[in-house]
Amino acid sequence: MLTQIITFLIFVAVIGCILYGRRLIKTEKVDAVFGNPERALGGTHWVIVGSSFLLLVWLYYSWDIAKGFYPKSANELCQVAKVNDSLLGLKYQFPIEEREFKSTSQIKKENKNLNLILNEIQNSQEIDNQQKTVLAGFIKKTNQLIPLLTNEDLIENETKQKINDITGKINLLTENFQKPDYPFETEQELNERLKAVSEEGGWGIVKVQSGTGSIENTMEVPLIPATDRGLKFHTAAQELNLISDEFFKLRNHNPQFKTQIKQLKDDIKSYRKDLSDSEEVASTYAKNIVKIARRIEFASIYPPNALNKMQNAIIKFDNAQIKAQGGLRFIDILLFPAGTIVASGPSCSEQGSGRWLPKPSDTFNKFILMSKPSVGYKDIPLLWIDMVDVSKMIGFILPDWIADILPGEYPVHTKDGIVKENFKGNVLKVVTGDFKLFKIPVPYGHIWDSFLRVFLGLVFGIIIGVPLGLFMGLNRFAKGFFDPLIELYRPVPPLAWAPLIISVLGIDNTGKVFLLFMVSLSIMIISARAGASGTQLSKIHAAHSLGASKRQILRHVIFPNSLPEILTGIRVAVGMCWGTLVAAEFLAGTTGIGFVENVAKKYFQYEVIWITIFIMGMLGLLFDITLRKIIDKTIPWRGKG
Amino acid sequence: MSDLISQNLNMIFKTPKGETVHALKDLNFTLKKGELLTVLGPSGCGKTTLLNITAGFIRPTSGVITLNNKEIDGPGVERGMVFQQGALFEWLTVAENVNFGLRMKKEDPIQTAKKVDEWLEIVGLQGFGNTPTYQLSGGMQQRVALARCLINDPDLILMDEPLGALDALTREKMQSLVLKIWKETGKTIILITHSVEEALLLGERLYVMAPRPGRIHKEYNLPFASMGLKEDLREIKKNKDFSTKREEILEMIWNMEEEIMGKDI
Repeated sequence: MLTQIITFLIFVAVIGCILYGRRLIKTEKVDAVFGNPERALGGTHWVIVGSSFLLLVWLYYSWDIAKGFYPKSANELCQVAKVNDSLLGLKYQFPIEEREFKSTSQIKKENKNLNLILNEIQNSQEIDNQQKTVLAGFIKKTNQLIPLLTNEDLIENETKQKINDITGKINLLTENFQKPDYPFETEQELNERLKAVSEEGGWGIVKVQSGTGSIENTMEVPLIPATDRGLKFHTAAQELNLISDEFFKLRNHNPQFKTQIKQLKDDIKSYRKDLSDSEEVASTYAKNIVKIARRIEFASIYPPNALNKMQNAIIKFDNAQIKAQGGLRFIDILLFPAGTIVASGPSCSEQGSGRWLPKPSDTFNKFILMSKPSVGYKDIPLLWIDMVDVSKMIGFILPDWIADILPGEYPVHTKDGIVKENFKGNVLKVVTGDFKLFKIPVPYGHIWDSFLRVFLGLVFGIIIGVPLGLFMGLNRFAKGFFDPLIELYRPVPPLAWAPLIISVLGIDNTGKVFLLFMVSLSIMIISARAGASGTQLSKIHAAHSLGASKRQILRHVIFPNSLPEILTGIRVAVGMCWGTLVAAEFLAGTTGIGFVENVAKKYFQYEVIWITIFIMGMLGLLFDITLRKIIDKTIPWRGKG
Repeated sequence: MSDLISQNLNMIFKTPKGETVHALKDLNFTLKKGELLTVLGPSGCGKTTLLNITAGFIRPTSGVITLNNKEIDGPGVERGMVFQQGALFEWLTVAENVNFGLRMKKEDPIQTAKKVDEWLEIVGLQGFGNTPTYQLSGGMQQRVALARCLINDPDLILMDEPLGALDALTREKMQSLVLKIWKETGKTIILITHSVEEALLLGERLYVMAPRPGRIHKEYNLPFASMGLKEDLREIKKNKDFSTKREEILEMIWNMEEEIMGKDI
């Protein structure tokens, strides 16, 4: 429903914006081909057209428009696919989908194989002439098996009768299929089916009423036929499966063929037995000949005209079922671009671009579902708040050795089994956070973890990198001393460091924060250094002659003068850190957005993958916009000094 | 005695190629309190070197320069400096720039705010206190630089081509301002310029320096600065005496430049 409205609104918006844009063009100045002075401005209306276009492509190629306007189409196409699946084996016997009869192509193939072996045997250096004659005899005999199967005079009456039976069944199915009330469902059957349908749920991610409450169902394509048309196909598919099984059990083995093949098998068996160990090559050739004979035995090879009636019956049914699809075929062609719904065995699935391009509506539903703190991903919410006692933080910040260095001993239990606390013991309780204060909300979850890692890595990088960079920009010793260190580790891609750092510092926050610290440190050092060394000498002189001390010049002249470079460095570092973090979370870890995406990848959860991509994009954008605002506020003089 | 006295000042630079450049040779002069000295000369005659030594940014190779009988051995508040491009701190507003010296001395902010307002009025920038410096024109920026230097109440003001980057009209206004400040405060001022007119107009005393080695070539005592306090500057320029002096000095510098070029070729 929502998808329908959105699709409609998109069309309205696109048309409206295009009309507005065209009207605007008429009023714009045009003095040369690209002479419009406002050409670089773009315009909100064109942004709307662009994003609508993207959304429309997404809706269309993910088949969400099909889902929005024809929610039952997937279920019906699934039933059609079931029919096609069961018809496939029978169809392949005849030149319907293929170019030749299955029998013809089988005979051609095996003749070719026999010739190949014959050639190999005759050219072989390892077999003597006597054995060559024997093996050629076997090949000839194998070859002579084929006419025994294709001769119409030899085919048994019993086999003929069975073929007629199967043809009759197909014809009856065709006849029934075309009746409007096929498959003659009783009221009870109907009710049971509808109940099963409602329990199974719809196409994609939906809420389903089941028994006591509702559950979230993520069935890709519902299997149970929901419509009468679907039921028709479903029942026909079941009947076709039975017919098909019956046909493939049928063997065209007349008595002459049976004796011939038995004799051949026995001959080869005794021949192989008599061969000595040194004549393995000949034995292998004999074995291969038997294999071909077996294939001929079990292939459904029939005389050329024996199956003509059956072929006609299948073509008739096929035409009838294509006719019965009606408008469904056009929905399939128009609204299921680059793929369709395919049945394989008992399950139906989407095949094509829609598989990796999940429907916007499904993605949205999944996102709503994952946003619930009780659901989250892998039992951890995306972003939520936990009440944490302040004492835990105090215990985390204060080192435990504070208690150890106090005079006295920790309390020891008395003989009555009572532990009496003393001062030292109480201090230990404080520094380990073993007491109660008040609780404050603390955010946690995948998004928060990722954010915190970037934030900490960046903050450490800034705290150490900026002073070091300024120092290096002002002092030749510092520049020379620290340059080798930084220039040696900086050119290495951060991800190349990741395996080492993660194995040394662990897969938890420490390793990742250190990795991000490394990334941001070099960027901050280089930008702060550039800022400091770029300070005009006249400014330093001016400050000096105004009475500023060395420290004051550093604080009030060199630092603010380097701010533009430092802030640009931070902006670059945020981008780098963000990219490195996600990849590092891919490598190892138990939380974070990258972790979520990596796990989703393993289970082919395309919706989740897209959700993580969106979250990362939004967070990256948020970082950049915030920094841009900070830059605009703190260094308005940039480029104007 | 609050005089600036230079005794046998020598400055020798070594270039990376190993050549020695005699930037200043045996410079001797005395500047009394309240005098306005302009220094003129072709490029490479050591004007800026002299100023940098006086400011304390560099140390002379030999010789002594004293202010108030104290040897100059580093930058100090008693010697204020105004640079060619203003060298303002663009992250501070006009008032904060002017206040910079007092803030570094950690003076009471309420007192300094008053002082800043006073000085902004003197240089003609009242009402511009909260304006960022990058929004000011070149002339206004130099006014800020002047106020920033003067608020520290230095004994000696050093100006390194302060009006060089300004257009002709602004320049004339600023010249009047310099004279006005000189009169009102009675400060000792050394002003370096490459404009002969400016040197004549502003200089109570004028040194024409010669290059290779840098030395004082000729010294003038001029009446125009005192006249400028009463008369319009443009009127003084029409003065016959003024044009004679200007031609004389121009000729002198021209010859020096030619000499250098001749030597080079």
